[in-house]
Amino acid sequence: MALVLTEEQTMLRDTAAQFFKERAPVANFRKLRDTNDQTGFDKSVWKEMADLGFAGVMISEEHGGTGFGPVGLGLVLEQAGRTLAASPLVSTVLVGATAVDLGGNALQRNNILPKVASGEIVLALALEEGAHHNPYKIGTTAEDHSGTYRLNGRKSFVLDGHVADKFIVVARTGGHVADRHGLTLFIVDVGTPGLKVTRTKMVDSRNAAIIEFENVSVPSDNVLGSVGAGADILDSVLDLGRIGIAAELLGLISQVFEETVTYLKERKQFGKPIGSFQALAHRAAEMFAEIELCRSVVLDALSAVEERRNDVAQMASLAKARLSDVARLVTNEGLQMHGGMGMTDQFDVGLFMKRARVAAATFGDANFHRDRFATLAGY
Amino acid sequence: MEALEKFRQETREWLEANCPPSIRTPMPEDESPWGGRNPKWKNPESKLWMEQMASRGWTAPTWPKAYGGGGLTKEENLVLMQELRRINARPALMSFGIWMLGPALLQYANEEQKLEHLPKIVRGEIRWCQGYSEPGAGSDLAGLQTKCEDKGDHYLVNGQKIWTSYANYADWIFCLVRTDTSKKHEGISFLLIDMANGGVETRPITMISGASPFCETFLTDVKVPKGNLVGELNKGWTIAKALLQHEREMISGMGLGNASAGSSFASLEQAAKDYVGEVDGKIANAGLREHLTRQLMDGKAFALTMQRSMEEAKAGHGPGAASSIFKYYGTELNKRRYELLLEIAGTQALGWEGDSFSAEELSIPRAWLRSKGNSIEGGTTEVQLNVVAKRVLGLPIE
Repeated sequence: MALVLTEEQTMLRDTAAQFFKERAPVANFRKLRDTNDQTGFDKSVWKEMADLGFAGVMISEEHGGTGFGPVGLGLVLEQAGRTLAASPLVSTVLVGATAVDLGGNALQRNNILPKVASGEIVLALALEEGAHHNPYKIGTTAEDHSGTYRLNGRKSFVLDGHVADKFIVVARTGGHVADRHGLTLFIVDVGTPGLKVTRTKMVDSRNAAIIEFENVSVPSDNVLGSVGAGADILDSVLDLGRIGIAAELLGLISQVFEETVTYLKERKQFGKPIGSFQALAHRAAEMFAEIELCRSVVLDALSAVEERRNDVAQMASLAKARLSDVARLVTNEGLQMHGGMGMTDQFDVGLFMKRARVAAATFGDANFHRDRFATLAGY
Repeated sequence: MEALEKFRQETREWLEANCPPSIRTPMPEDESPWGGRNPKWKNPESKLWMEQMASRGWTAPTWPKAYGGGGLTKEENLVLMQELRRINARPALMSFGIWMLGPALLQYANEEQKLEHLPKIVRGEIRWCQGYSEPGAGSDLAGLQTKCEDKGDHYLVNGQKIWTSYANYADWIFCLVRTDTSKKHEGISFLLIDMANGGVETRPITMISGASPFCETFLTDVKVPKGNLVGELNKGWTIAKALLQHEREMISGMGLGNASAGSSFASLEQAAKDYVGEVDGKIANAGLREHLTRQLMDGKAFALTMQRSMEEAKAGHGPGAASSIFKYYGTELNKRRYELLLEIAGTQALGWEGDSFSAEELSIPRAWLRSKGNSIEGGTTEVQLNVVAKRVLGLPIE
């Protein structure tokens, strides 16, 4: 188990930290929000990220990536979380490319993965259908019409869905509405007739979309993995997604915490820094303890994927539940400790708080993952 | 008792005759009746309603008639409130003058000041805002620095206030100013300032919810007549404390969920069933169900405590120790309520705009963000807990 970074990983983390600080600071994110940017992320920054190897961090060298693996991607996501950098890292690299890598045949992998690594295309996972993450409860159907599938249904909260070039769609080809079996993954190109994409604006000013399918014809060549066994791929994809979001939250939490501690030292009331009051100092110390636990959990979860351990699912749920909860704690406390100024749009803590809640709801909230953790452990 | 029933009958008839039809429907925020020198009357019936109510002094029902108030007893006022609620009447006038300044003037102002200001408040002619906090004086309010110098025939005020609610729409501001720099609490005075007389500039602050209900207010060489000092020089802190008490009581009521009146999420348990589903009548998600139950039990216990305190007061006992926890507990409860609502409605509670969210759903993130200020404004949770620890428990903290 690697709970300490290697030299190579430390270098990657430092490169990422410097990059996001200089090229994608919070100010950039504000600008995207305030100008109501139609893409929702900065394309030139995304290109630079690809050039630095961030887009191909999980992709093998054979397909144009850098092959750094999950720990590498986690380190990049953590640094992105510190500056609220908006990019297709989650939709395309963490989730989309992973699905293709795990489930795709040679042709699909050759076609898609190099374009992800070079930053040319955006992928989006079209999974959710309700207000809560429920990966097997799929009502979207795919009917086999002699070699061509016809898709019907509606997907919501599709991250980066409004700018995606290709969707990875979870549809039902068999079984009943909440069954794990009978799910199939399809690669569907944007622009396919019958496909309707509507951008959704979320509280964190990030991108999501509603995707509607009305008799969308998809050739059987576009099936990802085997028919009816999509959940086998999906589970692994989602677990990596959960761990990746937890890594992003670790960065977000660390940033809010550091800014809060700085404020406790600087802001004076009653003639002294407010951090000198034990009521605040002890709460800061408690948060520090929680964050230390977060760091261990995220690192171990990433290692579990990298080492193909058999406890990836448990670690994914542990990481996602803990990081969602601590992100809520730290953004709430961070705001409270900033007082009235924390309530202003001018300060960043509110932006982090909004992102923290959307990230917490992505790929299952803390309730979902506590329940899953217990179920997996058999109690 | 008979007299009270007669009053009820008369009130009911008068309201029936004078409350316009549109006033008996839920009030959109942009029809809030704030009055003032430059009132915005989107709905002309709002203006009519305010004037009718003010003509009887019923915008400030319990204030003495001599100052334009309704002169009602507590019991009569209760009847009036019941009758207004019976027809779902909107408020006739929303006013910091009525809620905050008026009670302070009644207690501390001289006769001339009461006659000058109170009737205009009752009639909605002047809109007031509160100039208390400063960038360097938040929790440490008594550390305020806005300078007020005696220039013989007038005062000269210089300084900056922050978190002045709706200052950009207000006509007058009631301010805490420093009149003695050698003392802290004993160097503060309470001053009324006409914002139209020059030197007052307001700048709205954009909050995390996107709204701008607060301003920064800059006071530069503002000349104020000496007659605008309320109470004695350097005794303003007493008035400030009394006023803060009113404000805290107002904010603590939010914990009961009344703040979201008109929202279909008044029932959290129904929302949970709708968004999460149910199995045999039980909310399908055990973790969520437990959080929800805890919230509803705490809410019930808090409501009972407020009720107990009210009944004790009615029975002639002074405010009990329980009242000191209201602001703290009510605001923390309200914040938890909105966190829970996010948990319940999932990604549907996280939308900012667009057709895929209902109007109720879009109101959640804004109200959630707004609720975060409850434990900061009007005395932070930390300040409230200090008050309890020091004054109620007698703990020897600094």
